[in-house]
Amino acid sequence: MTKGKVIGVVSNLISIEAEGPVTQNEICLILSEGKKLKAEVIRVKGNIASAQLFESSQTIKMGSEVEFTAQMLEVELGPGILSKRYDGLQNDLAKMGGMFIDTGEVTAPLDDDVLYDFTPIAKKGDRVKAGDWLGSVQENWIDHKIMVPFAFHGEYTIESICKKDDYRITDEIAVLVSDKGTKQSVTMRQKWPVKLAVESYNHKLRPYSVLQTGLRVIDTFNPIAEGGTGYIPGPFGTGKTVLQQAIAKNSEADIVIIVACGERANEVVEIFTEFPQLTDPVSGRKLDEKIVIICNTSNMPVAAREASVYVGMTLAEYYRNMGLKVLMLADSTSRWAQALREMSNRMEELPGPDAFPVELPATIANFYSRAGMVELNNGSNGSVTFIGTVSPAGGNFKEPVTESTSKVARCFYALSQKRADAKRYPAIDSLASYSKYLDYPEFIKNTDTGIQQGWVKLVKRAKDIVRDGIEARDQINILGDDAVPINYHVSYWKSELIDFALIQQDSFDDEDMNTPIDRQKYMLNTVMEIGERDFDFADFEQVGTYFKQLINLLKQMNYSSFQSDAFKKYEQELKNALQEQNEELTTLETND
Amino acid sequence: MKRTAFQRIYTHISRITKATCEVEAEGARYGELAWVNDRPAQVISVTGDKVTLQIFSGTEGISSKSEVIFSGQPPMLKVSDLLAGRFLNAYGVPIDNGPELVGEPRLINGSAVNPVKRAKPSTLLATGIAGIDLNNTLVTGQKIPFFADPDQPYNQILAEVAMRAEADKIILGGMGLSNDDYLFFKDTFSHAGVLDKIVSFINTSENPPLERLLIPDMACTAAEYFANDKKQNVLVLLTDMTLYADALAIVANKMDQIPSKDSMPGSLYSDLARIYEKSVQFVHGGSITIVAVTTLNEGDITHAIPDNTGYITEGQLFLKHDTDIGKTIIDPFRSLSRLKQNVIGKKTREDHPQVMNALIRLYADAMNAKTKRENGFDLNEYDRRCLSFSKEYALELLAVDINIPIDEMLDTGWKLLQRHFEKYEIGIKEEFIGKYWKGDEVETESTVNA
Repeated sequence: MTKGKVIGVVSNLISIEAEGPVTQNEICLILSEGKKLKAEVIRVKGNIASAQLFESSQTIKMGSEVEFTAQMLEVELGPGILSKRYDGLQNDLAKMGGMFIDTGEVTAPLDDDVLYDFTPIAKKGDRVKAGDWLGSVQENWIDHKIMVPFAFHGEYTIESICKKDDYRITDEIAVLVSDKGTKQSVTMRQKWPVKLAVESYNHKLRPYSVLQTGLRVIDTFNPIAEGGTGYIPGPFGTGKTVLQQAIAKNSEADIVIIVACGERANEVVEIFTEFPQLTDPVSGRKLDEKIVIICNTSNMPVAAREASVYVGMTLAEYYRNMGLKVLMLADSTSRWAQALREMSNRMEELPGPDAFPVELPATIANFYSRAGMVELNNGSNGSVTFIGTVSPAGGNFKEPVTESTSKVARCFYALSQKRADAKRYPAIDSLASYSKYLDYPEFIKNTDTGIQQGWVKLVKRAKDIVRDGIEARDQINILGDDAVPINYHVSYWKSELIDFALIQQDSFDDEDMNTPIDRQKYMLNTVMEIGERDFDFADFEQVGTYFKQLINLLKQMNYSSFQSDAFKKYEQELKNALQEQNEELTTLETND
Repeated sequence: MKRTAFQRIYTHISRITKATCEVEAEGARYGELAWVNDRPAQVISVTGDKVTLQIFSGTEGISSKSEVIFSGQPPMLKVSDLLAGRFLNAYGVPIDNGPELVGEPRLINGSAVNPVKRAKPSTLLATGIAGIDLNNTLVTGQKIPFFADPDQPYNQILAEVAMRAEADKIILGGMGLSNDDYLFFKDTFSHAGVLDKIVSFINTSENPPLERLLIPDMACTAAEYFANDKKQNVLVLLTDMTLYADALAIVANKMDQIPSKDSMPGSLYSDLARIYEKSVQFVHGGSITIVAVTTLNEGDITHAIPDNTGYITEGQLFLKHDTDIGKTIIDPFRSLSRLKQNVIGKKTREDHPQVMNALIRLYADAMNAKTKRENGFDLNEYDRRCLSFSKEYALELLAVDINIPIDEMLDTGWKLLQRHFEKYEIGIKEEFIGKYWKGDEVETESTVNA
C-alpha cells in the first residue's frame, strides 16, 4: 500500500506527496484527529497527487499521513438496499447517532445481521459468468437475485451452492471454480466501483416501449421509453422537484432510485415523511419498499455530490441485472456539474464556457449512456430509465449544462416560467419539449399494438392542433378579438381544450395525479374528436363560452374515477353539448 | 488575539494583494485563524510551506516583514445563554461595552444536520403581514429571502417581521449595514422591550467588507445552540446577503479564481446553500427559521446572486412599490412560499387556499385590465370592477403595514370579493361560499369556470 503525506489544502482539494505508485480515481484515506477521511485522487503530477476530499478539510494538518487504498470508490451491493436512506458515499444515514453528521463518520450500507431466505436457482456443475443468477432472496416484495459478482472475469463452474435456508449477507452461498482451477467464494454481498458501468449482460437494446409515468403530458405527448433518458430543465419555482416526485410516485417502475444531489434538505424530508404513507400503484405495497434515496443535500460535502449520482446509477444497474425495470431520478445534475466546476477551478485548469471544465459534455454524455434496456445473460430484459433535472442559471437554457445534456438525453421536458406563473401545472411546455422515441420505428410499432393503431400519428396531430392554436392566439393578440376570422378563435380554444384537459394535471388530487395509459388513450381520443370537428359560431364570444363548458366537463371527468357513474354522467353531458352544437350551430345558448 | 508563550512568529511574507497575503510557514491548517500585525486573518490555502491568508480588515499597511501568528484554531463562538441581549462583531467579540463573553467555544462552520434527523416543517409562523401570512405563509424551519431593490424599506420590514413573529430567540446577522440601520435595529429592539431574546452580529458598512464573511456562520452557530441545545424556536435575520456574496467575490478574485456568471465565484451556490441550509425543524421541536434580504439591481432576478438564492431558498418575498396606493406591497405574483402547502387550510382556516387563489387570480385580471387601458383599448364593466378591487386589495391586504390575524385577513378577502364580484366570478367551492359569503341566500345556479 502506498503511503503519503499532506502538503497542501485549498478547501476540499488536498495535495499529497506520495511515496509510491498512485492510480487515478483511487481512494485515499487521510488520517486526521484519529479519523480516516476519504478522498479521491483526481490528478497525479510527478509524485504529487491531488485528491478531492469528501469531508470538511478543517481538521487536516500539513504533514498528515495518507494511505492509498488501491481501490476506486465502491458501493456494496446485496439485499437490504431498498428503503434505505444513503448519503452520497452510501453511508446509511439512519445508522448515524448524532443530530449532526460528524466529519469522517462511516456507517455500513447493508445490514450484516439480517437473515435472508436464500433459494438457489443455479445448481452444482452449472457453467456461469459474471451477472448470472445463482439464487434469489425476498427483499421487501422484490425477488432479489443473488448474482455471480460483476468483478469476476471469464467462465466458472459451480462447485457447490447452498440449499434453501436463511443466511446472512456475509455467509458463503456458493463456491465457483475458474477454468484455471482457482476457487472463489461467493456471498450475497459484492462490491463494484461506481465510476465503471456494469456490463455483465449480453447486449444493449434500442428502447421500444413506453415507461408509464401516469403523467399525460409525458406518456401521451412526449413519452419516455423504458430504458430511455430524459431531462427536465427549468428556472426555480417552475416545479422540477414536484414533477420528479410525481413521476417517482406514479411510475410503473419496479425500483425507483432517487438521488437528491445538492438540493434542499427539506425536500428530502418530505420524501422521507410522505413516501412511506403512499401506496405503490404497481404492487399495491408501500411505495417506500421499492425506493432508495441517496441524499447529498446542498450543505453536505460538495465532492460527494459527484459520488452520489454515480452511486445511484450503480445501484440502478445492479437491480437492472435482476431483470427489473429501474427508474433513476437525479435532482439536480446542475449541482453535480457545479461541483466539477469548483474542483476544476481549484486545480487551476483552463476553463471551458461559464468556467465549467472542458470535459463537462463528455462527462455528462458518459453518464447518460449508462441508462438503457439490456438483454441479460439468460435472455430476459432489464432496464434503467434515467431522468435528470437541470437548473439553468438565470433560467436561460443557453448554458453549458443544459446544452451538454440536450445532446445526449432523448427526451426533453422544458419547464416554462410563463406556464408556472399562470399556474398551469405541470409547467411543461408541450411544444418546446420533445421525445425522440416518437420517431423510433420499433416504438411506433409497439404503440400500434400496445395502445392503438396509429397512436403516434394521433399524438402528433394533437400537437399540431396545439401549435395552430398558439399561432392563432398570437394573431388575435396583435389584431384584436373581432379583427380575425372566427375560426381563429375556434383554433385557439381547441388548443386550450387540449391544454386544460390533457396537458394540465393536478398532482395533488388523488384521482387526477395518476392516469394509466388506457385512460390516456380514452381521453386523447375523446379530445381529438373535438379537435378534428368543424364548428360554426355566430360571434367570437360564443366560442369561448362554449369551449369553457367543454373544458369544465373534461376536467370533471379527470377528477372522477375512470368509468364511474360520475365519469359517465360528465361524458354524457359532453356528448349532449357536442350534439347541441351540431343541431343549432348558431343559436347556442350561453349561461350568462 | 493575545500572545501566549511558545507561539511561532513568521515574518516571511512573499506576496500581498488587496485582500490576501502569502507567508512561508510550517504546520498551518486550512481554515485556522491567524493574526497579521495583530489583524485577524484566516488561512484559505496551504501549499507546502506557502500559506495564503485572507486578512479581514484589508492589507493596507501590511509589509513583507509583518508578523504572522497562527492560532491553531478555526474561528469559534463562545455559546451560552449569556449570548442573549448582546451585540457582537464579526469575530463574536462584544461591541456593546458589556462584559466579555463566556461559554463553550464552538466551531462556527459546523457539520450538516443529518437529513433523517429533520422533521417536516409544518408549524405556522404568523407575522400579521397579509402579503406574507395570507399569500405566502411561512413555517418554522423555512428559509426565505426578501428580494428588494435598494430603495425599498427592507430592513424596517425585516425588523417588523422579527417583532411580530413568535420566536424564542432572534439572531440578527447584519452585513454591510449602514450605521443608521444598525441604530434603527438597536432602537427597535430596545423599545419593544425584547432585547433579552435578541443576539446581534453586526458588520456595518464602516467595518472591513471581508469581515462580513464570518457573520452568517456566527449567527447560525448561535442559532444552533439555542435551537438544538435548548430546543427553542429561533429566527435568524440576515441582511444583506448580496453584500455577503460581493465579499466572496473579492476573495475569489484575489485568489486568482476564474469567475463564473456575473463575476461571482463558481462556488457561490454551495457557499450560499451552506448558510441557508442551517434552517431546520428538529424532531425534538427546536427550529431555525432564516429570513434574509437579497437586494436586487432593478428587480433583476436573473443575476447570479438572486438566481442561486432562488434555487436554494424555499421561496422568496418580493417587495414592490405600488404606485396606486403609494405603499410598499408584497408582490403576489413574484413571491412564493414553497412550504405554505404544509399549513394553509390545515393549520389555518379551511377556506384559506381557495380565498388566497381567488384574490390573486382576480388581481391578475386587474393587471390585465391595466395593460389594456395603457394600450388604449376600451375597458368593459368587468375590467373596471377588477381595477377598483385591486386598489382595495393592495391597500387592505398587500401593503406591508397591515397587522391583523389570519382569520381577519380571510374575512377581509371575502368582504372584497363580495363588494366587487358575483359568486360565479370568484371560482370558490360552493361549500365555502355558503359558509362565508354574507347576506342574501346562496344562489343555486353556478356558472362554468374552467
